[in-house]
Amino acid sequence: MARMTMIEAVRSAMDVSMGRDDDVVVFGEDVGYFGGVFRCTQGLQAKYGKTRCFDAPINESGILGTAIGMAAYGLKPCIEIQFADYMYPAYDQITQEAARIRYRSNGDFTCPIVVRMPTGGGIFGGQTHSQSPEALFTHVCGLKVIVPSNPYDAKGLLIAAIEDPDPVMFLEPKRLYNGPFDGHHEKPVTPWSKHELGEVPDGHYTIPIGKAEVRRQGEAVTVIAYGTMVHVALAAAEETGIDAEVIDLRSLLPLDLDTIVQSVKKTGRCVVVHEATLTSGFGGEVVSLVQEHCFYHLEAPIVRVTGWDTPYPHAQEWDYFPGPARVGRALREVMEG
Amino acid sequence: MTDVPHLSLHVPEPAVRPGGQPDFSNVKIPKAGSVPRPPVDVASEEIRDLAYSIIRVLNRDGEAVGPWAGLLSDEELLTGLRNMMKLRAFDARMLMAQRQGKTSFYMQHLGEEAVSCAFRKALVKGDMNFPTYRQAGLLIADDYPMVEMMNQIYSNEADPLRGRQLPIMYSSKEHGFFTISGNLATQYVQAVGWAMASAIKNDTKIAAAWIGDGSTAESDFHSALVFASTYKAPVILNIVNNQWAISTFQGIARGGSGTFAARGLGFGIPALRVDGNDYLAVYAVAKWAAERARRNLGPTLIEYVTYRVGAHSTSDDPSAYRPKTESEAWPLGDPVLRLKKHLIVRGVWSEERHAQAEAEILDEVIQAQKEAESHGTLHAGGRPSVRDIFEGVYAEMPAHIRRQRQKAGY
Repeated sequence: MARMTMIEAVRSAMDVSMGRDDDVVVFGEDVGYFGGVFRCTQGLQAKYGKTRCFDAPINESGILGTAIGMAAYGLKPCIEIQFADYMYPAYDQITQEAARIRYRSNGDFTCPIVVRMPTGGGIFGGQTHSQSPEALFTHVCGLKVIVPSNPYDAKGLLIAAIEDPDPVMFLEPKRLYNGPFDGHHEKPVTPWSKHELGEVPDGHYTIPIGKAEVRRQGEAVTVIAYGTMVHVALAAAEETGIDAEVIDLRSLLPLDLDTIVQSVKKTGRCVVVHEATLTSGFGGEVVSLVQEHCFYHLEAPIVRVTGWDTPYPHAQEWDYFPGPARVGRALREVMEG
Repeated sequence: MTDVPHLSLHVPEPAVRPGGQPDFSNVKIPKAGSVPRPPVDVASEEIRDLAYSIIRVLNRDGEAVGPWAGLLSDEELLTGLRNMMKLRAFDARMLMAQRQGKTSFYMQHLGEEAVSCAFRKALVKGDMNFPTYRQAGLLIADDYPMVEMMNQIYSNEADPLRGRQLPIMYSSKEHGFFTISGNLATQYVQAVGWAMASAIKNDTKIAAAWIGDGSTAESDFHSALVFASTYKAPVILNIVNNQWAISTFQGIARGGSGTFAARGLGFGIPALRVDGNDYLAVYAVAKWAAERARRNLGPTLIEYVTYRVGAHSTSDDPSAYRPKTESEAWPLGDPVLRLKKHLIVRGVWSEERHAQAEAEILDEVIQAQKEAESHGTLHAGGRPSVRDIFEGVYAEMPAHIRRQRQKAGY
């Protein structure tokens, strides 16, 4: 067992997968010789050669399109979109091609690709380096969508994604790369080396896609979160003293509805948190499912805490980011409701 | 600044509109046999002329002439003729079936049969095409069963795609035919990826990408050329220039570039233009490009100059935007008639045998149609199950789709 940052964990996942399966190839902008702008692929080209880990032209639709063709051939491409904000040129290839090749060909062709993309804000990235476009993927049938919240999960889920027979969007919250950031930007983040989920096995293991994890047991209210917001929710629970049960979804599609329903039926209250914008965000889907399945157990209206319905600002980043103070207010609101 | 003229926007127009006299004087047709055949390892800058000329083998007298001639035996040519005739007969029957309400939609190949039928013969088993909706000759020429194609067109109970796809959006991995999207241009860059994979695995297989003149305007076309050029992918990049993108003449996509083939030159990709209605020329150029790819020399861009004689699809009416007699004025003739003439000149074919072959082929197509219709048509007889809506979205059905299937009553 080693201590790893989330960067090292995703790198280890690719390393292990490339070592076990010659069909796994890794490419994207700057990922080859240099090892990626976040260094997630550092050393892979040196270890596996430049035909298995290489630099791509700055052309996201081309990166996706060639990966789809490689998958049709029989490879298992694990590609990087440098920032989730850059994925839009590839959206046609993702939604109309990757997601539907199995269905439209009745399994004659399939598309086992993984699209890794650093996501979310908190690094002063402005409107084009901070976005959380997960709902643009969860709306697309045929995709799987994963957002890990820690190094242990990131590695196990990424290996599972690479081994999955269908296309997986793998959104890595970049603010969590170096530690469990809980929204307290004024304080230095605790490094993953001091966190139990920074303990990551060196070898192969997988975490099943579609299983949520309860990060904090509680009786008073259920907080449903994923990615960076898991740590924000945990901080809010501690700081308010409200006995919240915090669910880390890990996989948005497929969604672990059973874990959500079980928890909300127990607590009778629910807060849904994400960093992405509010309107038509993934939280809307979660709220709808909770009311469909837990309506008679609810004791208060469900509350969402999310990014505002504006582009992600630069200077006002911390007024945009749904930090522990805002989540804490939502917790009090549902407890009073 | 008062002497600066006001700007005006240039919007290209075709030479002639309905009511006008068809005019193809702007299409310069070199003499058959006049374009040289370079060695396959030639650099693209040494053959720039080939992107602006038209490689032709069959001359007006039906003779095969010049350096691109002589590659096909009598038997191979007879098979080629038969395949084109089969595709034409198949199209005619399916167009009629659509008019009879047996399916929702159809797209024919009339006038373009040589392109896909001849090209298929330049590939070998294991190679992969990433086709558009007008290359069914790739399947016909590879002896894919017509009845399977019809089952797909009818979306009947035997449809290999279980009723999920628009008619003619076939898929056959076994026959080297990638699932047609119905989207435009997306498959072009996928073909490059498939070819890159073959090279990564040190395989011997090559890929072929297909696109129409209109869709070359899509950014995926540009993406494909970037990746193919960068990684020297073993791929043949085909552009079928049939002059019309639904109602839009090819000048709207081509813009100021002299030809579509010329787009390859900026990427350092050898680019050739070929007479798309000349079975022998199409085969010869495809073979040249396939050899380049197979010898790891990289991609080749080929523009097939042809003409879409029919409507874009059964939902289209060309008389609204081009002269009715335009196809008769098309200077490159009809691919079936040209090959027929050549075979007669060669002494291996005759009017009688041609008429007999036509009758035999029609019979074969009708037999296949009867068999397909015994499995149902779009609105009558056997059809795919409603369960098929929900199957195959993922390898394993997730719980939420299972719940929806149950809700639908299946």
